[in-house]
Formats: sequence, structure tokens, C-alpha cells
Amino acid sequence: MTVTTDWRRKLNPVVRDIPPSGIRRFFDLVSEMKGVISLGVGEPDFVTPWHIRESCVYSLEKGYTHYTSNHGLLELREEIVRDMEGNYKVSYNPLNEILITVGVSEALDLAMRALLCPGDEILIPEPSYVSYAPCATLSGARPVYLKTSVENGFQVTPEMVEKAITPATKVLLLCYPNNPTGATIGRGQLLEIMEVVKQHDLIVISDEIYDKLTYTGKHTCIPSLPGMRERTILLNGFSKSYAMTGWRVGYAAGNPDFIEAMKKIHQYTALCAPITGQSAALEALKNGRSQMNNMVEHYNRRRRLALQAFEEMGLPCFEPGGAFYAFPDITGTGLTSEEFAGELLKEAKVAVVPGNAFGEQGEGFVRCAYATSVEELSEAFQRMRRFVRRRLGRGKVLTGSFGKPEPLKEGIFQTL
Amino acid sequence: MKEILEILQADGRLTPRQIATMLNRDEAEVAATIKDMEEKKIILGYFTLINWDKVKGERVSAIIEVKLSPQREVGFDAIAERIYRFPEVGSVRLMSGSYDLSVMINGRTLQEVAYFVSNKLATIENVISTCTHFVLKTYKYHGTILDDAEEDRRLVVTP
Repeated sequence: MTVTTDWRRKLNPVVRDIPPSGIRRFFDLVSEMKGVISLGVGEPDFVTPWHIRESCVYSLEKGYTHYTSNHGLLELREEIVRDMEGNYKVSYNPLNEILITVGVSEALDLAMRALLCPGDEILIPEPSYVSYAPCATLSGARPVYLKTSVENGFQVTPEMVEKAITPATKVLLLCYPNNPTGATIGRGQLLEIMEVVKQHDLIVISDEIYDKLTYTGKHTCIPSLPGMRERTILLNGFSKSYAMTGWRVGYAAGNPDFIEAMKKIHQYTALCAPITGQSAALEALKNGRSQMNNMVEHYNRRRRLALQAFEEMGLPCFEPGGAFYAFPDITGTGLTSEEFAGELLKEAKVAVVPGNAFGEQGEGFVRCAYATSVEELSEAFQRMRRFVRRRLGRGKVLTGSFGKPEPLKEGIFQTL
Repeated sequence: MKEILEILQADGRLTPRQIATMLNRDEAEVAATIKDMEEKKIILGYFTLINWDKVKGERVSAIIEVKLSPQREVGFDAIAERIYRFPEVGSVRLMSGSYDLSVMINGRTLQEVAYFVSNKLATIENVISTCTHFVLKTYKYHGTILDDAEEDRRLVVTP
């Protein structure tokens, strides 16, 4: 006799009830189509610089194939500390204040699990990267959204934080430059927010994965602000700045007791980050700065092209100061963000990510990654332009400095 | 100026308007800079980089090491000029080391290249010797890798 197990009933209800990522739903749709130009890819189009790949091959030849310390290679931790001291004048002890993780994704999960208890609240700006809220939920905590909007530059304000705080609030999560909006935040604004954080004794989880991809102004590293080093857990990694997404190397920096707590979970789950990735990351930090700067310069040039193209096609676009995403407002077309992305995909074969995949506040926008060659961008924007031209004016009237529905004259990419 | 050159070197099809947008500069200023560089012969032309190995038809390239006895007053320049004026010559460089000129030539057949070397190049006065190396395959040219190893392998949509 065969007994069928009802797996759905057996599942942990917390996991069962987490909805799948909005991006994943869209991915299933896109993956069935051919000839699609993708602006949906949240990773550099550059392959990891050759000298980094080559150093990894060399490390394998030399037999570096074993476990590392749970904390990660000491040499890598020391190099990370030097890098942060050089960039932000923040010092950490490589022995007990740095933990190498399997990408920032693992660092984020560890930080939340080490910090949050059932019933705790964590403040998350919205629109936000798709993993933040589910990670909090998996820890048993309740995500509370700080609803940012284009009018305030998708920036969290001290008032928003103050208003959202309850006795259960424990953590404020920040990610600037931001995915999906590309928003950055100034030091002055951060100082004001940090006053509220200190006043209410909150902990900050700062995801600084896009720190090097800052085009306007200077990135402020949150632990470098007065009194913030001791109440911040900083997360960073190599995926975006060194084009190393597939290597899965990230790190956390913070208070030694807290790093120790994260390490406990890390050692019982991942044990350590892969040594090949760690070897490559070490080379990236030691000798990769000029290659990284070169890639950042390319992104910046493409950013300007993207902004110009959206202006010409009549889609108001918030000016991203960092990361590699543009977040144009598509409400003028009368379509929801899912309808826009779906129809654009079917009709023009251009993949963008619907803004609502990043939460309610992303509705009315789509995320377009410009980490793609100028040639591909050119073709994608030409297709989008034709698509948008047929629909503009069906939605709300766009006015003001942010909204410019005209002109539809000869586009910047027309000649290519 | 250097930024404009880098952009044009990567893609000569970009318009002054696109370059101006990429660099956050004025279009007229970019157009004038390009024109100025063309006039000063900093920009010498706009080429299409082609992987001829993928094009059907006969084509042979060779790199020839040429040893010379230098001429009084003009050194190697006069002979180099005589060589680079031949249309089949792709490049001529003065080298340090065991030979003097590196001459790259392109022909349709092996015989065509051999004929050029023996009848045109080797017979020039002051040419002491030549050593011809035929190109079997080009892997990288003008900073571009010619095989398909680094194509975009990213997923179409990622978080």
C-alpha cells in the first residue's frame, strides 16, 4: 500500500506562506521567450576581470582546495579592513570583527537570524530588494515598511523612522545606493536619521553592496558616522563592484559579540565561504581597483544614456545616483507596472522588472538595469520608445520637473 | 579628449550627441573636439573590426622580420617608407632587438605573399634578410578577443 505524504501540510507554515519573489514570476515568463533584450539583469555585464580569474586558477594549481577558518581567510579579512580604513576611515579588528560569508545574501540572513526574535519589528524602506522582508519573516520578525517615494528621492527620512518606531522595533535596514531605485542618500540626511536611531537604541543593518557604484556625490559609510560603528552591522561583498556575482563572497563587519553570534549560525550551516571565491576576492581587493573604476565609469556613461533615452520617450525617470538601475515612472501609459512589463515583453521583446516586485511603493515604475552594452541598450530603448509612443497619454497627465511627456522627436539611439 | 578617444575606439559608430550624453558634456563641444582630433591626425580613420577567420574565402597574413642596413642621414625611415607604400602591407614598425622592421602583409594566397617577399621586399636595396612567419590563427586583435568565449551568460532576469 502506498501512503502519499501531503508535503504542503508538513511544511513550516512560515516558509509555506512566504510568497515567491515577484521577479521569479516574471523570470518564468521571460525564460520561455527567444530574442529578448534584457534590462532585467541585476548584475554586471562584465565578466570578472581576467587577473582575478587567473589568480583563482593559480590558487587551485597550488592546492588551495580546503576549508578555511569559519571567519574566512585571515589575509582576506585583513585586506577588507585595509580597504575600509582607506575608503571610509573606519577600523575593524580582522580577528573578530569581520566574517566572510557566502555573498551578502548569507550575511543578511545571518544578521537577521542573530538579531531578530519572534515579535520583533524591523524597519525596511520600500521599494526594497526582494530578500529583505522574507529574511525578516523567516526569523520570525515583522517587517515594517518605510514608504519612500519619488517625491523625496526614495530616501528614508528621520520623520518616517520616528513615526514607524514601536516598543517592538529593533532594527533599521538601509541600502544606499539602492536596488531598485538607484537612490543614494547624503551624509546630512543620514546624520539626522542616525540621531533617531541612537535615541531609540536601534541597530542598523547597512547593506552597502553598491557603495563603489556611486556616481553623484560621495558615499557615506554608516559606521563612519559618530557613534554608529558600535550599533551598525555592515554588509558588503564583491558581486557588484568587481563583477563577481557567481563567486558568492560577501562579508559582515561589526561588534565582535555580534559577529560571534553570526559565526555560530554560519559554522552550523555554511561552515565557510568557498576558498576559491575567497582567493579571487583577495586578488580583487589587492589589484582590482583600476579595473573596478573602469567598470564604474562605463556604468556611469550608460546611466546618462538611459536617462536621456527615458526623457526622449516621455517617461519621467528619477535620476539614480548609484547602483546600475533606472526606475522610470510608467503611469503615463495607463498600465500597471506588471501590465507594462508584460506587454513590453510580448510586443517589443524587452524585459524589464515590474516595480511592484519591490513592494507596493514600486507600483507605477519599472526597473531597468543599464549594466548592458551600449549596443543592447540602444536596441532596447528604440523598441521601448516605439512601445511607449503608442500608449502615452492614456494614464495620468505628467507634469512638473519630474514629468515631461514630450518630446518624441528623433531619439538619441535613432542613429545606431 | 582621452575619454572621447576611448569611447570611439570601443565603438566608432557612436554619434557626438551620444558621446556628449555619456560624458555629460555639450554636444557641440564634443563634435568640435572630434573634428579637431581628426584634423590633427590623432584620429586617423574609423574602421570595422572583422574576424576574417569567420569569412569564407582565401586570405593569408604574414609577419615578416626584416633586417636592414641603415642609410646615412635618414636611418631606417626611407626604406620603411618604400615598404609601407605597398598596398598589401598592413603595418610597418621599427623594432628593437634582433631585427629592424616588423612588416605585416595580407594576401589572398600563400604564393601571393611569397611573391611579394621574394620579388618586392627582399630585393630592396639595404634589405639584408627577411624571415616570414605566416599567421595561423588570430586570437586577439586591437584589444578585442576574437572567439566567443566572453559572451553574455547572465540569466535574462535576476533579482
